[in-house]
Parts: sequence; structure tokens; C-alpha cells
Amino acid sequence: MSPMTARPRPTSLSDLFLSFTVLALQGFGGVLAVVQRELVERKRWLTQEEFIEEWAVAQIMPGPNVVNLSLIIGGRYFGLPGALAALGGMICLPLLVVLSLAVLHSYYGNHPGVAGALRGMAAVSAGLIAATGLKLIVALKNHPLPLPVSLLIAVLAVLFAVVLHLPLIYTLLVLGGLSCWLTWAKLKGRA
Amino acid sequence: MAPPAAPLHIVLSTAEWLDLLFHYLMLSVMSIGGAIATTAEMHRYLVEQHHWLTQSQFNDSIAIAQAAPGPNVLFVALMGWNVGINAGSYGAALLGVLVTMVGILVPSAALTYLAAQWGHRNRELLAVRVFKQGMAPVVVGLMVSVGIILGSANRNPATDWPLWLLTLATTLVIWRTRLHLLWVLAAGALLGWFQLV
Repeated sequence: MSPMTARPRPTSLSDLFLSFTVLALQGFGGVLAVVQRELVERKRWLTQEEFIEEWAVAQIMPGPNVVNLSLIIGGRYFGLPGALAALGGMICLPLLVVLSLAVLHSYYGNHPGVAGALRGMAAVSAGLIAATGLKLIVALKNHPLPLPVSLLIAVLAVLFAVVLHLPLIYTLLVLGGLSCWLTWAKLKGRA
Repeated sequence: MAPPAAPLHIVLSTAEWLDLLFHYLMLSVMSIGGAIATTAEMHRYLVEQHHWLTQSQFNDSIAIAQAAPGPNVLFVALMGWNVGINAGSYGAALLGVLVTMVGILVPSAALTYLAAQWGHRNRELLAVRVFKQGMAPVVVGLMVSVGIILGSANRNPATDWPLWLLTLATTLVIWRTRLHLLWVLAAGALLGWFQLV
């Protein structure tokens, strides 16, 4: 596509805020799929390639991935005010919804059905997070390190967190440092 | 209006509120892979070290945020809310939300905003690629760890094996199929409502 073609884009800060509010409110159990559908397929603010590129940055930076993505997209159009408008849209109304649910839960949480339902959903949530981790293993196949090495590092991370109960910072510094160093050696060797 | 009876009764000094804020500011910087990747550390800090939350409040915070629309990071707001509820008032609960959300969002948002611009200009740089790819195996391992910790914390194998089975089944279904998460969450809620898990 020629860069001269007029491309759809958010018209104002309130357009950004409202767009992100609407898509956040559709995202049950995670917002990423909704962001992709709304902003790439429906509104066409981003191409598929741009979306993947921004997503990579959102993932490597600390912070919630979809929140990071909203900051990056908002900032792309309107600088810092745009980033804040998109972030506000992502957080404000959903926060009110979730707090209302928490208050309802404090009144009805002792009902055996409600307590049971939450117990069941908590077990499902645990499985969802573990499954997300397992899905990411596919990405390790394209990693500069050989698959057995990157898998060993992943398994060591599980050992550090689950068996040894080490604070996260040690895992990130020791294993992350080791992994970055090995990756650096590998990428440097290729260059 | 006072909140319904809290499962814990705690008193937090100003220094402890600040400690909570600083802890979340630090977690924010470490939360590569999302706030959910630091859940094991939140559990260690809130439940094991300070006893500011019960195990079930901790699990419920995550379950309610997962069931509600919006970014999953809102589970952090619910943890802050519940710490405040345990301290005895809705005012303290709102303070808890403010402290934990400012803590978990501000450092990472600032870093992301600055880095997004810098990283985009320098994305061919070796250091950028090394960091981006080097952290990947650790992020994967931590994600699986969180699932294991949440799925097995504080439970009795003799009575709670159906819950473990549900977690395992969810892991397999979400990992291997394209079934929408909402259906699995609804199934978990129904099984729990009828006391089958």
C-alpha cells in the first residue's frame, strides 16, 4: 500500500479512549484477540504486520502485554496524551466492573454455589495460564538457542519458582542473564 | 457502610502501605511477560510473608478478574481491594486499589512508552535482539509455573483431586484446541456450582 493513501486512524483522543473502552469490555478472559479483530480487521488502524511488530515490543517490555499495546498504539498517533487516553480506555470502565463484581462476591460469596463456581473457575484459570505457557513453547523452536537448551532453561525456571520458591528477581537475573548471555554468544557467532 | 465480615482482620501502618506500593513498583519493573508472570511473587509476599490475604482471597481475585471483561491485570486491583477489605473499610479497599494499580502500572508504562520509540528506531541492534530472544525461555517457564502454583496451592490431594483434574483438562483443551476460553470458564463455574469439583 502506498504511504500516500489516506489510512484510517483515530480521529481524536476521545475516539481512542472510547475505542479502547469498547474493546476492553468485549474481552472476557483476555483482550488480545479482541484488539487484533477490532483494530486490524475492523477499524484498519494497523496492518497485520504492524500489529505483530507492536505486539513483540509490548511483550518484551515489563507490564501487562495488552496494556503495553494500548500505550504503544495510542502513542503512535497522539504521543503521550494518546498513550494515556488509550491506557485510560483499557483500564477505567473495566476496573469499575470488576470492583462491582468483587462487592457482589463479598455478599454472595458464602453461598455454596457461588463459592463452588469460583473454585471451579480458579481451577480453570490455573489451567489457562499453564496452557498459555505451553503454547509459547512453539515459539522456542525458532529461538537462536537449540531447542533442548531453551527447554532446559524453561524447566529450570519452573524448578526455581515451584520447587525452590525463589523470589522472581533471582530467576530473572540468574536464568535470564544466563539465557541472554548464551543467546548473545550465538547471535554474535552468526554475525 | 461497612463491608461484610472479612476473613482476616489486619491493621496496616503508613509504612506498610508504602511497603506495598514499593513492592508493586518493583514487581512492575520485573513483570516481563505480563503482571501474571509475577503472580508467584505476589503470592509469596501477600499470603506467605505478610498474611495480608488468605489463600482463597488470592485465588478469588484471579478468578473474578478472569471471569470479568477487561485486561487480566485487573486481578492486581482486586488483591489491593481485598487487602483494604481485610483492613476493615471500603475506604481502605479503594486505597488498596490505588496503591497496587499505580504500583503495577506506572513504572512499566513509562518504560514501555520510552522503549517503544527507542526500540522501533533500533530494532536491528544486536542488544535489542539478544534481550528480546534471550528472555523467551524464562518467560515460558514462569508462565507454566504460575499455572502449577495456582492449581496446587493449599490443597488436599484426597478431596481436591477433581479440581486438579479440571486444571489439567483445561490446560490440555486450551493448549491443543481453539475452543473459546469462555466455554471452559463456564464449564468450570457450572461444575463448581453443582459441587462436582
